[in-house]
Amino acid sequence: MSAVLADGAAWAPASEGVWRAAWRRLRSDRVGMFCLAVVAAFAAMIVLSALGLLAGGWQREVGVPNAPPSFVGPRAAEATGAIDVPKGPNADLSEVDPLAPRYKEWDARAARFRTVELAKLETLPLGADRLGRDVLSKAIKGTEISVFVGVMAALVATLIGTLLGAFAGFLGGRVGDLLEWLYNVFTSIPGILLIFAFAAVFGRGIGTVVLILGLTGWTGVYRLVRAEFMKHAVRDYVRAAQAIGASAASRMFRHILPNVSHVILVQLSILTVGFIKAEVILSYLGLGVPVDQVSWGTMLAEAQSELLLGHWWQLAAATLFMASFVTAFSLLTDALRDALDPKLRGLE
Amino acid sequence: MSELLLSIQDLRVAFRMGTQNGVAQRAEAVGRGAEGIGFDISENCTLALVGESGSGKSLTAMSIVNLLPDNAERAGRILYRGQDLLRVDAAHMRALRGREIACVFQDPMSSLNPVLPVGRQLCEPLQTHLRMSTRQALERAEALLAEVGMPEPKRRLAAYPHELSGGQQQRVMIAMALACEPKLLIADEPTTALDVTIQRQILELLASLKARHRMSLLFISHDLGVVGEIADQVVVMRHGLVRERGPVAQIFAAPRDAYTRALLACRPALSGPPPARLRVIDEHMAAPGSPAVAARPAKDSNAPVILEVRSLAKSFWLRQGVFGKREFKAVQGVSFQLRRGHTLGVVGESGSGKTTMGLTLLRLHEPTHGEVLLDGRNLNSLDAGERHAMRRRIQIVFQNPYASLNPRFTIGQTLVEPMAIHGIGASLAEREQRARELLRKVGLQASAFARYPHEFSGGQRQRVAIARCLTLQPEVLVLDEAVSALDVSVQAQVLNLLRDLQDELGLAYVFISHDLGVVRFISDEVLVMKDGLVVEQASAEQILAAPKQDYTRKLLAAVPRGWRAPVTP
Repeated sequence: MSAVLADGAAWAPASEGVWRAAWRRLRSDRVGMFCLAVVAAFAAMIVLSALGLLAGGWQREVGVPNAPPSFVGPRAAEATGAIDVPKGPNADLSEVDPLAPRYKEWDARAARFRTVELAKLETLPLGADRLGRDVLSKAIKGTEISVFVGVMAALVATLIGTLLGAFAGFLGGRVGDLLEWLYNVFTSIPGILLIFAFAAVFGRGIGTVVLILGLTGWTGVYRLVRAEFMKHAVRDYVRAAQAIGASAASRMFRHILPNVSHVILVQLSILTVGFIKAEVILSYLGLGVPVDQVSWGTMLAEAQSELLLGHWWQLAAATLFMASFVTAFSLLTDALRDALDPKLRGLE
Repeated sequence: MSELLLSIQDLRVAFRMGTQNGVAQRAEAVGRGAEGIGFDISENCTLALVGESGSGKSLTAMSIVNLLPDNAERAGRILYRGQDLLRVDAAHMRALRGREIACVFQDPMSSLNPVLPVGRQLCEPLQTHLRMSTRQALERAEALLAEVGMPEPKRRLAAYPHELSGGQQQRVMIAMALACEPKLLIADEPTTALDVTIQRQILELLASLKARHRMSLLFISHDLGVVGEIADQVVVMRHGLVRERGPVAQIFAAPRDAYTRALLACRPALSGPPPARLRVIDEHMAAPGSPAVAARPAKDSNAPVILEVRSLAKSFWLRQGVFGKREFKAVQGVSFQLRRGHTLGVVGESGSGKTTMGLTLLRLHEPTHGEVLLDGRNLNSLDAGERHAMRRRIQIVFQNPYASLNPRFTIGQTLVEPMAIHGIGASLAEREQRARELLRKVGLQASAFARYPHEFSGGQRQRVAIARCLTLQPEVLVLDEAVSALDVSVQAQVLNLLRDLQDELGLAYVFISHDLGVVRFISDEVLVMKDGLVVEQASAEQILAAPKQDYTRKLLAAVPRGWRAPVTP
């Protein structure tokens, strides 16, 4: 051998793995890192809100109805058009009033109960809705629900799509045909119709929204994963694994899956963004989260009637939260794909 | 003496690789430091650029017509008829390309547009450069196809690239290059993707066209055998620098540079006594001189038969129409016996069923009929458990080492996995210890254990692939074009390794290759295949010295043999 090398070479430390390399590439991407920070901030907010530390009292009516945001200032007192209360004591009507003898008794009884007149705030940081609830707290609580629904539904859809896609692409044959039929059935029905059908069967609730979106949204992932598995199943490294006796399951999930994980991960984040928007639409249509909970979608649905009265702040708050989260998440996804694509490796 | 056509002076090509820690990174591809490369091509002359992968030969050629990636930077001078091509504007360069300087690339299938008929593609340069009408262009295209030896040229004008064979596609590419009668034709590995017999035809075609059109040819190749046959002048490149240049006779008969001598020496030859092992470039450059011709130790011809194949056949069913099926017989009735410690070479052109046969042996394809007996036991009649155990004893090494290792596994994981599947070694620590020993055995450092495949070169990866097979202590190794993708010097190293392993472990090899020189070096017996059938089967010496079948003779005659001194009567 010409290239037999000296023995006793020190054990080199483990090489940079795929994830570590991806993290290094992501770190050099400024936009990606900024978006990561934004998403992390949202994540922290969601955790705090879920623990009840933040926006726990979103249902309390802390402000006057439709209180404007602080930076706009309190609403000018409106002319009510009522007649002024006359000055001086009231005219004595006790002679003609049949209830007069009982007033004293009632006053005494009322004095036994203590009533506190709550001072309603004239303005709130981001205003109040028609019941006087704080829009900022609603938006924070809504973020928790909307992002939870988006992420969970995307996980469900990706799991279904990946499993079915892996089986269809790797096994092919009859299994593949059967799954293709299933796929075709799901894609041939208009999406919104399918959503209505599922919503009618399952009833209303967060779990239902997750299930509906998951069960209708897996087709895109399925298609991509199936194609990737078909491509990889005949690659030499998979053949080599077969030759050493690796089982079908090991070849599918130990060998091929890590090699197509970048496709799946990117699909997962694209779906998350899509499902957050879908939840908004579902809630807007009244098929989404129940009335005792709040999401960006229910906020937008309420905003519809408020806008007619010129109360724009609930719409603005929900839009601001959603736009910044979705934009940061999408850009982070792009950065992730660039960082994870194994084809880029070796070019740097 | 003919006039100077192209003169390359002090050319350097580098790639910008982005910035790291604020410092701009550059990778030198051609030239090192201030030293560039240079050579001249005179009119009506064939100059060959020879070198291994990464030597910068293709980049040199592509920088003439500025077909380099965007991040490439060129420096120096490229004088074409006195005009510096590095300083002409883009419009001028476009006018030169195709009109004066034309290119033919390695892979004709990916160089032709698959959605346009070849006639349309041929007419395009005629219409843009020569301003011909459609009818004139079509007539000229037909004449061109006839000139490059395409049968039925008129009918072929309407054919799509996929309807033509690889050789015909390359003829179309050459016809396109010739369309405007260029003064210089750049042929970048034009025959590498083709079978030897087709390669022979294309080489003859290029030589005759060059003589007829009095043009110059810049021929790029890694194969000294091919170069020796076609070139007038040879430039040998290594690591971006010119090692030697001169007339072909001088390069082959009296090479001055150590690297050129090593390149010539480490190619397995078709004639002369077969050496026990091949010389490797570094070895040769360190200690030049005549290679030590140690006779190959005779093999035990009574060794037990380890693998026996009886009338093995494999068919694929192709869909035809809606319900129709057509049988495609990839392998038909192959039978052979392989003894322990022996090597069976399998040669044939592409599509002859060599690889399908190899995969069927391992049952990576289910055979249509026929039997494979490993150590006297029929693999087809085993139940799943026994088959799993048998799988260990017959292993395969694939052609492309870049594709056959899982990029997400470290070398260690790759080597430990088969042992874990088959329960070899009691614990993880023991398996890892074995894996490290095997890495040493195939000539890799133990530090490779924790690394990923992309950190290794092709030759090193192929060693890892061989080590992976060895973890299972197999008795038969199927080598499917295992050295074809490697450079000549690396090829020699891997072949020597295979030889050593065979001697040490008594492995039997089924060596599938299209390269007759390599097959001769490693094989004891050779199987010649054509269209799924075994055409001839004999010992390696017999097949080369006295082939019985026409097809074998044709195959042997087509192998390029390099430069030979003209025979003086």
